[in-house]
Amino acid sequence: MKYWVAYKTIVYKEVSRFVRIWPQTILPPAVTMTLYFLIFGNLIGSRIGEMGGFSYMEYIAPGIIMMSVITNSYSNVVSSFYSSKFQKHLEEMLVAPVPNWVILAGYITGGVTRGLMVGFVVTCVAMIFTQLHVHSMLIMLLTVLCTSILFSLGGFINGAYAKSFDDVSIVPVFILTPLTYLAGVFYSVDLLPEFWRQVSLFNPILYMVNAFRFGILGQSDIGISAAFLVIGGFIAVLTWAAMWVLGKGAGIKD
Amino acid sequence: MQALELKNLSKTYSNGFVALKGIDLSVEEGDFFALLGPNGAGKSTTIGIISSLVNKTEGEVKVFGVDLDVDSETAKSFIGLVPQEVNFSQFETPEQIVVNQAGYYGIERELALLRGEKYLRQLDLWEKRHEASRTLSGGMKRRLMIARALVHQPKLLILDEPTAGVDIELRRSMWDFLTKINEQGTTIILTTHYLEEAESLCRNIGIIDQGELIKNSSMKSLLGQLHIETFVLDLTTAVTEVPKIENFQMKLLDSMTLEVEIEKQHSLNDLYSSLTDKGIRVCSMRNKSNRLEELFLRLLEKN
Repeated sequence: MKYWVAYKTIVYKEVSRFVRIWPQTILPPAVTMTLYFLIFGNLIGSRIGEMGGFSYMEYIAPGIIMMSVITNSYSNVVSSFYSSKFQKHLEEMLVAPVPNWVILAGYITGGVTRGLMVGFVVTCVAMIFTQLHVHSMLIMLLTVLCTSILFSLGGFINGAYAKSFDDVSIVPVFILTPLTYLAGVFYSVDLLPEFWRQVSLFNPILYMVNAFRFGILGQSDIGISAAFLVIGGFIAVLTWAAMWVLGKGAGIKD
Repeated sequence: MQALELKNLSKTYSNGFVALKGIDLSVEEGDFFALLGPNGAGKSTTIGIISSLVNKTEGEVKVFGVDLDVDSETAKSFIGLVPQEVNFSQFETPEQIVVNQAGYYGIERELALLRGEKYLRQLDLWEKRHEASRTLSGGMKRRLMIARALVHQPKLLILDEPTAGVDIELRRSMWDFLTKINEQGTTIILTTHYLEEAESLCRNIGIIDQGELIKNSSMKSLLGQLHIETFVLDLTTAVTEVPKIENFQMKLLDSMTLEVEIEKQHSLNDLYSSLTDKGIRVCSMRNKSNRLEELFLRLLEKN
């Protein structure tokens, strides 16, 4: 029971933090993604024609939604955890009898909540431009949930090791964004030459984008079970790593 | 029962700096204990280890008999910490800060709100409960950290320089508050650079220097070790040269002020009658420095 209270407290604190600053957290992705739909979907997409049997706008919508979920889940946890470390109010939790798994679960729930909330807003934006017919609600929801958990975990580890605000932005700018753009958000990997198609298979975000696209359009470049295996594997490894970081106090304690 | 027991506590930081060199210390339940030492002596490292903010290199920490390594959750639940630096979110209100802290200790919101009200009122912060904490004054922020540390009603309260930078009026009201908390049964460990504070509040004392515990005794017995006290006497009429009086070392600070060193075996009555014989009248007197301060400096010099 006391763990439940502690968990609720962390989640409440996390959610109220990003809701309080919604013009910085919820609004920008909606604006950015509107521009993606306008420029890539509407202006350029009309010249591209169909992709995978769908209009270009329909084809890119799942990837764009997933891109916003990934970015926001990650950045919520990395910025929140790093600033609580930087401003030292993380100590409030560390001195209290809160088990590490409760701390982790609280932060991850915060990241997932923001990821899903932004995903929902971007989905609403997408529906202004195109119609989305959900092929499998279960796969769609499971993919978006697992992906936001995965990137919240990544953000947590980044936040723990970050020593400055530069370290907080390095991973999203130099790793996350390129990987997302190269994960078949705007194209099918089947269009790539064989060598680059094989290289793309090493990009984990490709599996998430395609699993989500399957959930909505029923079309994917990747097998769904392979996609869930990759997502599940990454979640397991990152959970272990995050628990190790908390247990050792690496990057957190002196 | 011992509220705190440290055995061979050592800490070497990753840069090779040895902050603690095997400290053994115990604090009795109900005590008001002063942990003193110069800057960089190892006080904050010791407190950091006890409150799980710093990883120890070696040693054992027991809080009310519970080993921090064996059952850290129970041990942590006994401790309330008031750190040296402000460490709450500047965007939250005092009420949110206190209630959230209670939540980390598993206290339900309804009870947390009641406890929060109790301590915010006692520490004169109730009127500010809905204001962003960044707008509070320095003294209010210090009091807020005390309220936050008390919200789960800890058996051991650790205060790391709680009155640093606080004006004298507020400092005295905080002393009264802490005395009351201690009388109600809470064991208190206090670090401070105001030795007058330690002398008037604490019953026992530990002095750390260069990572070692160089003194651990009762305040009374420590002060009893002071063989010489220095007094400053304000005179009613000016004198031109230092009066020569047997057994008393004197120095003229200015024509109206005398500094006198008095050994423990000599009385002030002897000094006064000798001064009266020489036609010198004293209108007031004071200690040159706090007694504990004198002892503290001597101990550090010796070490």
